[in-house]
Amino acid sequence: MSKRITIDPITRIEGHLRIDCEVGADNKVSAAWASGTMWRGVEQILLGRDPRDAWAITQRFCGVCTTVHAIASVRAVENALDLGVPKNAQYIRNLMIAAHAVHDEIVHFYHLSALDWVDVTSALKADPVKASQLGESLSNWKGNGKNELIAVQVKLKNLVESGQLGIFTNGYWGHPAMKLPPEVNLLAVNHYLQALEYQRQANKIVSILGSKTPHIQNVAVGGVSNAIALNSQSVLTVERLLAIKEHIEAVKDFVNNVYLVDVAAVAAFYPEWTTIGKGVTNYLACPDFPLDEKGTQFETNGGHIANGDLATFKAITRFGDAYFKAGVTESVKHSWYQGGKGALHPYKGETNADYTDFQENGKYSWVKSPMFNGEPAQVGPLARVLMAVATKDEEILKHLTRLLGLVEAVGKIKVPLEGLHSTLGRHAARAVMCQRNVEILEKQWKLLIDNIAKGDVHTFEKPVFPKGEIEGFGFHEAPRGLLSHWIVIENGVIKNYQAVVPTTWNAAPRNEKDQPGPYEASLLGTPLADPDKPLEVLRTIHSFDPCLACAVHLVDVTQRPIVSVKAL
Amino acid sequence: MKVVVLGVGNLLMSDEGVGVHAVAALERDWVLPGEVRCVDGGTSTQELLGDLEDLDHLIVLDAVSSASAPGAMIRLEGAQVPQAFTTKFSPHQVGIADLLAMLTFTGHAPKRVLVLGVEPAVLKLGMELSEGVAARVPALCEQVVAELRQLGLSPTQRLSEVA
Repeated sequence: MSKRITIDPITRIEGHLRIDCEVGADNKVSAAWASGTMWRGVEQILLGRDPRDAWAITQRFCGVCTTVHAIASVRAVENALDLGVPKNAQYIRNLMIAAHAVHDEIVHFYHLSALDWVDVTSALKADPVKASQLGESLSNWKGNGKNELIAVQVKLKNLVESGQLGIFTNGYWGHPAMKLPPEVNLLAVNHYLQALEYQRQANKIVSILGSKTPHIQNVAVGGVSNAIALNSQSVLTVERLLAIKEHIEAVKDFVNNVYLVDVAAVAAFYPEWTTIGKGVTNYLACPDFPLDEKGTQFETNGGHIANGDLATFKAITRFGDAYFKAGVTESVKHSWYQGGKGALHPYKGETNADYTDFQENGKYSWVKSPMFNGEPAQVGPLARVLMAVATKDEEILKHLTRLLGLVEAVGKIKVPLEGLHSTLGRHAARAVMCQRNVEILEKQWKLLIDNIAKGDVHTFEKPVFPKGEIEGFGFHEAPRGLLSHWIVIENGVIKNYQAVVPTTWNAAPRNEKDQPGPYEASLLGTPLADPDKPLEVLRTIHSFDPCLACAVHLVDVTQRPIVSVKAL
Repeated sequence: MKVVVLGVGNLLMSDEGVGVHAVAALERDWVLPGEVRCVDGGTSTQELLGDLEDLDHLIVLDAVSSASAPGAMIRLEGAQVPQAFTTKFSPHQVGIADLLAMLTFTGHAPKRVLVLGVEPAVLKLGMELSEGVAARVPALCEQVVAELRQLGLSPTQRLSEVA
């Protein structure tokens, strides 16, 4: 007998995502639907406003991804104006982008998805001495000492005995698909707590440069508003720049010796998850960390790969790239919007609601279905790592090689490149990019210092808006993947605005050609140990780092069971 | 003493953003003593952890729906706060509840948490507060000031620059 599983909501953060799976008699997923359960049309609030204000408004789209929307927005307006921004402004933005990404990647792995793999209650059975020895054999991290692990175990014991699991409430403790030994679980809980401190340090860099977080204040169309004066207290000083350097060093140690190692350990104990969760293998990423005023040279590469075949790689080379611009459309055939015009380019995008209830062969989601060259595409760190493989970017490949080497050392298994197209491949790619982002922080810091030392303190180029209609787009590799903002400006006022966010690419419902989106495709064939507790579905969906809060609002205040299972 | 006044809410959803509007009004209209920091939290979660560690008092300003009349002022303290989180009066309480749970587990929880809220009237796309709720913002600020005075702190009203 087959079963129907509905998980709603599925995100650990403020998301509103419902997943429906059909499970066959073999307990494997045979069909899946991803549905964004809240209206997405917040771009309408921007119509008629000054394009110079858009970045401050768009960073209120989401409580998790504030900075990224500010960046994509100013890039869109600058592209419409064909306006370059001073090098210092690029470096300062790049520092904020990289620091925000490192913060977000650490939070995603430890606080939003590690508990899919780590059984917190099992950590109580661990021998702290053995756990400490194991930790010290894997890396020279200072925080794996015996006494530290004993203290964590005591905290955890108190928590479990209090009956209030707090942060750990929604885990599937004791689930048959949990496989880490108690000692590894204890190390992971220890790192979960330490990660709280290091995500904070990464975020501190954003707040030093951005004046404050969660909502940065220093971005402007044309550059940044940071004044640079090395001898003044009120602006970007040597003292502040040195504080940033200290945070970079601390975070580097954690990412290098803890995050990357933990992901490798999880892969070593769950090798089957390098063969599960593949899904859509068309990948899309943009280049990022611009090194010049106009955005023609970058730190990381972007492009498109079709059907997982690296030989098909085609590069996206610059801001305003014509190949990227021509390739993007959005379908609403299966989304709750008025359609009938086929897939539309974002400049022509419409967002008029047409709600029908959940119709699995009709409309069933508030998320639109973006396509590149008429096909679905997966975005995210995995796409970026594959672009690096395709372009032989050694700065990224060296971290991938190290991670795969650690998996082999711990698990005595060799994961082939093909294994990256999987649930754990996405986690591995995120850890690799986090390590790369830390190095980019170091490099951008040095570029900024050297440029200031040359006497260049220029940070802003005043934008001038022409009469008539202009259009532009800005892209950014956000932690969850490719983000693009598209703007049409008429006489200096916003006429149309569309944000095509990473989760829209990945959580897309079926498209114009009824092809499933990346989440939906990735679940097909997934074996479930216990369909009443579909932990395996969560593992794969969480590996994409879903964030449905983008451009949606307000949670449902009624409490409902999160999982329902129906016999068909 | 360390006190944070945290305004939370979504500025793009009308009255949903009342906490953020209120914290901005508080900073604009009052001179606060050095012990008090104002934080515009928006709809964020983990990014706020650093701001909320080791506080003596955390005062959260938020839209709170409790089936009262729009514009009604709500005050929650002590055991009512976690209770409010589990019954989800406010859309942000999932995030705030998670934050408080993390702070508790790591031993950095605020000694006291107080929620001051206003019942929203309009929760749709828009950057302005509804008239009724906008009119309550000064009273919400005064409520914060009264709480701070209870703690022995002395905020003073900023003199209007308009002659």
